[in-house]
Amino acid sequence: MTAQHSSAADGGTAERSTGQVSAGQSPTTAPAPEQRPGALPLDPKLPVAVLTGAQSLIRSLEAVGVDTVFGLPGGAILPAYDPLMDSPHLRHILVRHEQGAGHAAQGYAVATGKVGVCMATSGPGATNLVTPIADANMDSVPMVAITGQVGASAIGTDAFQEADISGITVPITKHNYLVTDAAEIPRVIAEAFHIAATGRPGPVLVDVAKSALQATTSFEWPEKVDLPGYRPTVRPHGKQVKEAAKLILASRRPVLYVGGGMIKADASPELLALADLTGIPAVTTLMARGALPDSHPVNLGMPGMHGTVAAVTALQKADLLITLGARFDDRVTGLLSSFAPDAKVIHADIDPAEIGKNRVVDVPIVGDAKLITGELVRALEAELADGAALDIADWQAQTNGWKRTYPLGYADAEDGTVAPQHVISRIGAIAGPDALYVAGVGQHQMWAAQFVQYEKPRTWLNSGGLGTMGYAVPAAMGAKVGRPDAVVWAIDGDGCFQMTNQELATCTLNDIPVKVAIINNSSLGMVRQWQTLFYSERYSNTDLHSGDHSGRGMAIPDFVKLAEAYGCVGLRCERPEDVDATIEKAMAINDVPVVVDFRVHRDAMVWPMVAAGVSNDAIQYARGMSPDWDRDVDGDLYSNDSGTEKVIS
Amino acid sequence: MSQHTLSVLVEDKPGVLMRVSSLFARRGFNIQSLTVGPTERPDISRMTVVVDVEKQPLEQVTKQLNKLVNVLKIVELDSVASVERELMLVKVRADATTRGEVLDAVQLFRAHVVDVSVDAVTVEATGSSEKLAALLRILEPFGIRELVQSGTVALARGGRSISDRALRTA
Repeated sequence: MTAQHSSAADGGTAERSTGQVSAGQSPTTAPAPEQRPGALPLDPKLPVAVLTGAQSLIRSLEAVGVDTVFGLPGGAILPAYDPLMDSPHLRHILVRHEQGAGHAAQGYAVATGKVGVCMATSGPGATNLVTPIADANMDSVPMVAITGQVGASAIGTDAFQEADISGITVPITKHNYLVTDAAEIPRVIAEAFHIAATGRPGPVLVDVAKSALQATTSFEWPEKVDLPGYRPTVRPHGKQVKEAAKLILASRRPVLYVGGGMIKADASPELLALADLTGIPAVTTLMARGALPDSHPVNLGMPGMHGTVAAVTALQKADLLITLGARFDDRVTGLLSSFAPDAKVIHADIDPAEIGKNRVVDVPIVGDAKLITGELVRALEAELADGAALDIADWQAQTNGWKRTYPLGYADAEDGTVAPQHVISRIGAIAGPDALYVAGVGQHQMWAAQFVQYEKPRTWLNSGGLGTMGYAVPAAMGAKVGRPDAVVWAIDGDGCFQMTNQELATCTLNDIPVKVAIINNSSLGMVRQWQTLFYSERYSNTDLHSGDHSGRGMAIPDFVKLAEAYGCVGLRCERPEDVDATIEKAMAINDVPVVVDFRVHRDAMVWPMVAAGVSNDAIQYARGMSPDWDRDVDGDLYSNDSGTEKVIS
Repeated sequence: MSQHTLSVLVEDKPGVLMRVSSLFARRGFNIQSLTVGPTERPDISRMTVVVDVEKQPLEQVTKQLNKLVNVLKIVELDSVASVERELMLVKVRADATTRGEVLDAVQLFRAHVVDVSVDAVTVEATGSSEKLAALLRILEPFGIRELVQSGTVALARGGRSISDRALRTA
């Protein structure tokens, strides 16, 4: 068996960029000449005779088109911070913790499609970046992390603040570099940005020894990036696309299984064309929320552990999965051996290693999702024009029936407290489809994925693969920096919020007016939900005492006072009737960050749910309630004795 | 479990061996042996990796290896259509009474004695892992004092070179 980097159809070579940033775009298109409006600050080809490695680094970042760096200085990176101060093109945002810098770079990258940049010093500065780097690796976020390293002669001596960060990050980066020769800095930076942004995007770490930053060097910007071992296949094989079109036309129960790769590839217009042309029911994974408008009639919502009944069931009963930029994650498939048992699989992905990794594939297509989807539309149009027909009317009726019968819903709390789902759906309704929504990890994240209606790509940010609590506040900060005109809501949990809320200081001081909704159930809610369901309601170490249940006469901490201490506006909402007014008030404040402490019902649970490790056929839409496929229910699914029924369609 | 031999051309850069071995560890793949050395091109090294896997995980191994930026090319070598060799150095107990028998065995296997002392000889042998195992079985009764063995290196038979394509574009 022979495996090669590039197939005969490889189109990646010719279009190799010179390292300028064009994340999220198809790498086949020429790299965006300007990351920032206006021309590059200086002619990068113009050689500069004498400068320091630090100056070379800053100049390289300017040349590659960086406009924003999130970071925090320290000894080893100190030389770079001196020329950074003079750069008219780089905005450095000083964070309070390096993890915040990393997540902010992620948020910036996801919101804008450009490469996010973070910077830290050696040792603990670098290790604090490990979590966001791992997160970016799991969620394919284009990011370049620049770290200082101890001087070259001290490497390996256990010097002060020395950590082998390039060694540490080998399994969690797309690639990384240790630079000890100042002359290599421009080439390495050009390569790092190229690798981060092209192919399957991901994080690249550049570790620069302090001695290289201090050395005298010359600056020579590389004409082109020369990476013989890196040639992502961008153009799909025409024959494979035709095969896929044939399978689609022969199918009776097809589903578009849409993953985050479609957003990375900016493939939403092509996806919309495919959905409009075929009317094939679609599911959008947690990473793909917004890739296809939720209002589109074919969109069945999110599949997976907390997916809609319609989305989960459609996948299970499908005879064909048209997998676009998705990776058969265990949170989507449930018990893999019982996932979509009758389905043939078309799998389109830019990463060949994803194809066949978890699920055997009938038609593999390696390439850029935007190009593949576009060509698939054209191939189908040609077939349909030639008289072929797609016969899926029964299937559409069936999936729409599930969607009608089993909509997402929830019951109001019996004790008159606020339902967390209500808060989140009202934020979505009031802030609208142009706002950006950034979640942490846990119950609030699932509700934010379920109860906000997403209409546009890059409006939903969360930590999907790694599941990093504490992602929301710094990522929202980064998103707001990248999209200053957009309303950015962090929808966070009280547990998550306490992991990274120090970045509120960064937001206030740098005029980054994000809005934070703390869905405060005074507990580690998702863990508590599992304790309720699987551990006999034994709540071991999940009570955070941050709400009404503290038993101390006060909540620890008082989130309103905490917000005020950081120069933000702090609001609190404890009654259902105040939810809208509180959100409106937060929407009206645009000069400083706003933090709202929504005290919510702590026993609310995320439904539907497929328990871990079981078949998706065992989905429950409420505790102990499994769908009955033959029954037609008129929306009494979520009512309880005293509560009011809420159905979101 | 079946055994497969992969030839991996990599850029000769610091840390490449670590990236490859780390990948095997992280993905739960079993390495039987791994050797690395220079090639006809100074900037390219060649690894020979023998892995124990079923066919489908092997495809995952090669795809994941291919994602490493420093990996240029991977070829699986067919055991029939390629030459595979290991090197073994073995110190065998041999005094005046047994030395003759030991030397006979060494000769039969076309191995060499590279060091002699009063009570031992050191034997150098190359060959397939089966041949070396057979030699060891013969030598074992005399008493094996020390043994060191290399991993497999392998080359496809015939006139073609696997580096042709990788080098053209390198």
